[in-house]
Amino acid sequence: MDDKNLFGVACLFKDPNKLLPLVKKIRELGFKNWDVHSAYPLHGIPKAMRLKWSPLGYIALIFGLSGASFGLFLTWWTMSVDYPLIIGGKPWFSFPAFVPVLFELTVLLASVGTAIVMLFVIFKLPNNRHPLNDTEYMKKVSSEYYGLVVESKDPNFDYDRIVSIFKEYEPSEILDINYQELELKYQPKVFDWKFILFLVIISAATSAFAYFYNNKVLYLPPFDFMLNQFKLKPQESSTLFSDNFGMRIPVAGTVARGEKFYPFKGKPEEAGTKLVNTLEPSEENLKLGQQKYNTFCSPCHGWRGEGDSRLNGQFPNPPSLHTEKLRNWPDGRIYHVIVEGQNIMPSYARLLSEKERWAIVLYIRALQRSLNAKQEDLQ
Amino acid sequence: MNQIDYSVEPDVVQGSLSQRDINEAISKPLETKPTKLYYLALGISSTLLLIGAISLALTLYYGVGLWGINQPVGWAFDIVNFVFWVGIGHAGTLISAILFLFRQRWRTGIARFAEAMTIFAVMTAGLFPLIHTGRPWLDGYLFPVPNQHHLWINFTSPLIWDVFAVSTYLTVSFVFWYIGLIPDLATLRERTNSKVKKIIYSILSLGWRHSNRHWHHYEMIYLILAGFATPLVLSVHTIVSFDFAVSILPGWHTTIFPPYFVAGAVFSGFAMVQNVLIVIRKIFNLQNIITLDTLEKMNKVMLATGLMVGYAYGMEFFIAWYSGNPLESFVFLNRAFGNYAWAYWIMVSCNVIFTQLFWFKKIRRSIVPMFIIGVLVNIGMWFERFVIVVTTLSRDFLPTSWDYFVPTIYDIGILLGSFGLFFTLVILFIRTLPVVSITEVKSVLKTSQPVHH
Ligand code: HEC
Repeated sequence: MDDKNLFGVACLFKDPNKLLPLVKKIRELGFKNWDVHSAYPLHGIPKAMRLKWSPLGYIALIFGLSGASFGLFLTWWTMSVDYPLIIGGKPWFSFPAFVPVLFELTVLLASVGTAIVMLFVIFKLPNNRHPLNDTEYMKKVSSEYYGLVVESKDPNFDYDRIVSIFKEYEPSEILDINYQELELKYQPKVFDWKFILFLVIISAATSAFAYFYNNKVLYLPPFDFMLNQFKLKPQESSTLFSDNFGMRIPVAGTVARGEKFYPFKGKPEEAGTKLVNTLEPSEENLKLGQQKYNTFCSPCHGWRGEGDSRLNGQFPNPPSLHTEKLRNWPDGRIYHVIVEGQNIMPSYARLLSEKERWAIVLYIRALQRSLNAKQEDLQ
Repeated sequence: MNQIDYSVEPDVVQGSLSQRDINEAISKPLETKPTKLYYLALGISSTLLLIGAISLALTLYYGVGLWGINQPVGWAFDIVNFVFWVGIGHAGTLISAILFLFRQRWRTGIARFAEAMTIFAVMTAGLFPLIHTGRPWLDGYLFPVPNQHHLWINFTSPLIWDVFAVSTYLTVSFVFWYIGLIPDLATLRERTNSKVKKIIYSILSLGWRHSNRHWHHYEMIYLILAGFATPLVLSVHTIVSFDFAVSILPGWHTTIFPPYFVAGAVFSGFAMVQNVLIVIRKIFNLQNIITLDTLEKMNKVMLATGLMVGYAYGMEFFIAWYSGNPLESFVFLNRAFGNYAWAYWIMVSCNVIFTQLFWFKKIRRSIVPMFIIGVLVNIGMWFERFVIVVTTLSRDFLPTSWDYFVPTIYDIGILLGSFGLFFTLVILFIRTLPVVSITEVKSVLKTSQPVHH
């Protein structure tokens, strides 16, 4: 083949003692691009080659320090800033307890970081296309020979001179190392359609898996055992009780703890005159009222109280809460409907506390005002 | 009986092997068809693995209620196995890193294997904390991942230290092992004639080319990694012992735990390495590389660490009495004479009594007795962890809640499975990668280094 280029000349020795003087000689002659190859580190070679002290120690130090500072930041920020937790009565920032994690992160970053820098930055590996790989020379060097190569790109390179120097030292063998231009020039293409197709397939597969896992797998047994426990959920029926209701109703005539006796039973008008809403129409109370209204009242009365039930005729539609009548009702009268119910509307007394009932009343007032705004409200 | 002269250091590699012989001897298991014996071993270990996998699958489906754990013994085989296997791993790092720093050249023959064993043992060990949570698919939350609850892990908890220690240990051991493997993979790459193997070795060896400019850095990083792995290995078992020592249970809450655990780890780990090496050197004819001298040195280490463990047993009793704490002395009397006395005496006899046989040179240097003692040591060390975990928990502060732990078949199945996993990995390893470091063994041959003038 004519596209063969000379990479360099090499010589092989069987005895490391013969190699050493040649190494010194080559270095003294001022060659730059040359190297010694052996299947294991040879003592004395770094000195003979005048190799610089390896900087890996400093690199490890830098990585180690960054691991330590990252660990310190992580433990400090999570445990005493972002989500402070007091554990065992210790201060939020209990340094001694963080030391193990700091230490492990230091070691982790220092060793992995140094290894990566050495392999991929200093050695520029992976490099299987290096001209020396896959040659007779490499084969011999990796089994029982010691080799030295002077590369052709060295400014002092002179084939005949180097061969004659080699010969003075009686090597077992002298050989040329060639490579093919094509082999070195080859660059992988990023916009190759095959490569892009590969990326597309990979990403599609990953998303399909993620979808399947999050939406299907996690709802299969045993992953859903916490979701489906042997217990009654709201609105479920149960044969345990004679009325087949899973949710229980308070015993007749009892008053729940924290609740007061309601004195206006069956006396709506009296409730209307005697009960006064003591709750401030603050933003907080209105929010509470909105939330409770949306939960308990809106299914029948509609989101804005317009009587547009979401029950699709399964239950008679209630009247609008914006009628003239209702707007003129005192607060206590509406409160009374919540407590007692009215005709087919059931009582909500056991689901809502006193404060929540008043908050709903506030919210209904706000709804009424918003749909029937007066001129002065707009200012 | 042949007399050994202890005044001169024996050759690390025996039988005057040449560089090429070493290549041949070490890569032979990778290049020949496996024997019947190999398949038999693989069959046994994978059967154990299958038993473990079935027990584990049932556990995952029905929950940890299948195990024998009860109130108050909420930790039993899971944590015992965890501590046991992490301990096994420690011998590997000790051999590859600590002995390297001490310039013990006899380690070269066994370092690679011991490192691989570390990785496999830590992998096996890591399984147990993961499954003992009961819902292992949620174990990602053991790491500080940002999540929708805005919650972080509790960095002051020894169990979280464990997560960091064990995962760091696994990663660093792997890096150390892989860095050591690269030159060997390059050697194999140049040797092989098979196309597929060539591709695999090329990818794994990253195109390493035995350059002395690289070796120069390589030796440095080896030193650095050994320097990091040494405190790391000590920290890992220290932290494992913190899982117990930081709690306030009598029998666990002692300051002797960290050194005691580390010594115990090295003890059982050496026993395991010794056992497996005896088998490997026999099957693959590596008697000249993994020499009897090496095995003898390992037995000496076992003797020394065994004595340390024995000292710790004694010291625990002494402190229990000397502290004047009635709960403490109750726990230790209960260990020796209480409901689990049988386990305690298995532990003492295997760990302290039988190992004394290693005082005899004849036993230290004969294969069958040392193999048996190695097995006994591992049994003893497993029971040591059992005694620590179970006796303490089963007799806690409140006598009304005392209970007796009995393992179920699922516990035992998973224990067998852990041995299956470990040995399957080991058996597969010895035929896929060089069990002995070609590079390191070559570099300690008699004629391998230039003589300094
Ligand atoms: C199950 C459906 C339903 C729910 C839920 C419901 N109501 Fe009613 N509500 C009705 C019906 C039906 C009427 C009409 C009753 C009647 O015929 O007098 C009504 C009537 C009323 C009235 C009297 C209107 C009038 O013009 O007489 C008020 C006030 C009222 N509801 C408030 C509420 C509040 C506040 C809530 C939330 C706590 C609520 N309702 C929840 C069905 C419901």
